[in-house]
Amino acid sequence: MTTIPMLELRGIEKSFGPVHVLSSVNFTANAGEVTALVGDNGAGKTTLVKCIGGIYRVDAGELIFDGTPRSVHGPRDAALLGVEIVYQDLALCDNLDIVENMFLGREEVTRRRTLDENSMEKLAQQALASLSVRTVRSVRQLVASLSGGQRQTVAIAKSVLWKSKVVILDEPTAALGVAQTGQVLDLVRRLAGQGVAVILVSHNMNDVMKVADSVGVLFLGRMAAQVRREEVTQTQVVELITAGRSGDLGLSPAESSGAAV
Amino acid sequence: MSAHTDEIVEQDEQDEPEGREPVEGLAALGAYTRGYVARVRGGELGSIPALVGLIVITVVFAVVHPGFLSAYNIEALVIQAAPIIVMAMGLIFVLLLGEIDLSAGTTGGLCSAIMAVLMLRHGASWWLALVVGLIAGVIIGFGMGWLRARVGIPSFVITLATFLAFQGVTLILIGGQGSVILPDSSPLIKLENSFVPLWLGWTLLALFVVGYAAIKVNDALGRRRAGLSRAPFAVIAAKVVALAALGAAFTYEMGINRNLSNNAFLSNKAQGMPWVVVLLVILYAVWHFVLSRTRYGRHVYAVGGNAEASLRAGIAVSRIRISVFVICSGMAAVSGMVAASLLQSVQSNAGAGNTLLLAVGAAVIGGTSLFGGHGRVIDAVLGGLVVAVIINGMSDLVQGANSAGYEYVVTGAVLLLAAGFDAVVRRGRAS
Repeated sequence: MTTIPMLELRGIEKSFGPVHVLSSVNFTANAGEVTALVGDNGAGKTTLVKCIGGIYRVDAGELIFDGTPRSVHGPRDAALLGVEIVYQDLALCDNLDIVENMFLGREEVTRRRTLDENSMEKLAQQALASLSVRTVRSVRQLVASLSGGQRQTVAIAKSVLWKSKVVILDEPTAALGVAQTGQVLDLVRRLAGQGVAVILVSHNMNDVMKVADSVGVLFLGRMAAQVRREEVTQTQVVELITAGRSGDLGLSPAESSGAAV
Repeated sequence: MSAHTDEIVEQDEQDEPEGREPVEGLAALGAYTRGYVARVRGGELGSIPALVGLIVITVVFAVVHPGFLSAYNIEALVIQAAPIIVMAMGLIFVLLLGEIDLSAGTTGGLCSAIMAVLMLRHGASWWLALVVGLIAGVIIGFGMGWLRARVGIPSFVITLATFLAFQGVTLILIGGQGSVILPDSSPLIKLENSFVPLWLGWTLLALFVVGYAAIKVNDALGRRRAGLSRAPFAVIAAKVVALAALGAAFTYEMGINRNLSNNAFLSNKAQGMPWVVVLLVILYAVWHFVLSRTRYGRHVYAVGGNAEASLRAGIAVSRIRISVFVICSGMAAVSGMVAASLLQSVQSNAGAGNTLLLAVGAAVIGGTSLFGGHGRVIDAVLGGLVVAVIINGMSDLVQGANSAGYEYVVTGAVLLLAAGFDAVVRRGRAS
């Protein structure tokens, strides 16, 4: 690849006391692509995501945004760099409507310091329209009245509104039915189509193989391999997840068995 | 990436050239009505239950007791409802966060006791005493809010403790006499016992209606300029006319001379609305504005709906939490002053007993949820009127030694009913 990745991690190390959670993890996410981050439970996916989001500080290693090494000391730093994390439990307020949720904490005000409802409503409509969302009847309905898929849509559309450069989706389809999963995956593709670097954290191999351009596999705190989607089969990815290696791919036998102790 | 939104705007405008221009006339009215019905069925009942309840019990009492709708009784109703409404307005902020302030009643009592003692025993001027009383309320609210937000004691426990403690402080302040009588000349007494001149009453009504209409029309025009769907002008006109008619009926009825011992002296007339009505309208306008049109108000709703999400969105949750207790206790202090004006004195048991229960009842009957996140300032007004009508009507119906007992029983039952209704509606919403 000749392009500079939107996000590149080099040699990330993270320990909690004596527990070494991440060791020399390398990972890249390109603008306009969906990069899946997969791994078994306890492989370090969540820790890695929290390191990118500034919730944890890395012990060593570099976070490079758009070619420039940056230090991320907190969630605010990450937000300023354009990193948005869409959490599994969504973090929406049921008693507020879609517009109010999308602008939560970042409300627009008029010159008289009152809420600028009209411009917020317009921007929310545009953000949803740009993702070709047709499932939402009115942007003024309460989030409580939305289905799981619609809620996920609102949470993702929020990142479009805020022009995020890196959007991390934490298990976006875990709680959804088949049709809604399809809708959300379409949404993920369209989000990437707008030039965003999307990182999809998922357990679901079908989802990953369907939408990802690139797949990063964590195995016991190490990056077993980051491969292009079209170069691997689902079986290979599953082997990488469970054993850390698959044929020529992945960790050396010594590393994968040594780490399992 | 900076031109990102602009691109989206362009795409959007290409997609839908003129298709979103809102339609006018019957079609718009139909769409608006359908939207409203859908919201009501979805569990957003708004003020409907309180309004229906208010009309039903008013009709019942008016039928049973012919004098119920007389100008004299309406005035009594309003001045009785005023302290309840003021306290309920403050409580709504606390309830919006899913918290409770059990001490609002005794806080109001304590603040009015501080005011009365300053005025009568220390010779402070009435306005200085008033300001000190209000500041005391604000400080109390800050203390309780701090204990809740920073120390993490449940608000139920904090305010149960202060409920008892403040009752004691008031008792100590007022002392053995049992009450402090406010001087007749004090302007404070005028609030509940003196009346707005007729011409001024009508002028204020006109200003209020015109202001309301101007805001609504301005909102609608702003939305049309922005190309957004808006309420049809027919609906706005209907609301304005209804408000004007209600206001005019009230102002007219309050214009009737209520002095029962009529004599030849002109100066003895009792006509016009009580001054406290003006205070209520101002307080309503201010808090309604704060809750519905400012970032602060939005954040109060957000924290009440999902504190974790609010925190992630960068809202200072602790600060919001402290602020609602400050508002609640401050309004409780105002309510205490209004009650003192009504009674023309401060009793040693001021704000104890069922004072708080009535205010919480008012907020809940009005439609504010005890579970947080749902509630508006108008709830305090409508709920407070319902409570006052019940108390007033019951005292007409049940005379004699047990009347206070029946009053308590009925008010308690109504509060329980409203809270049950709230819980059921909430379950309907969640599914």
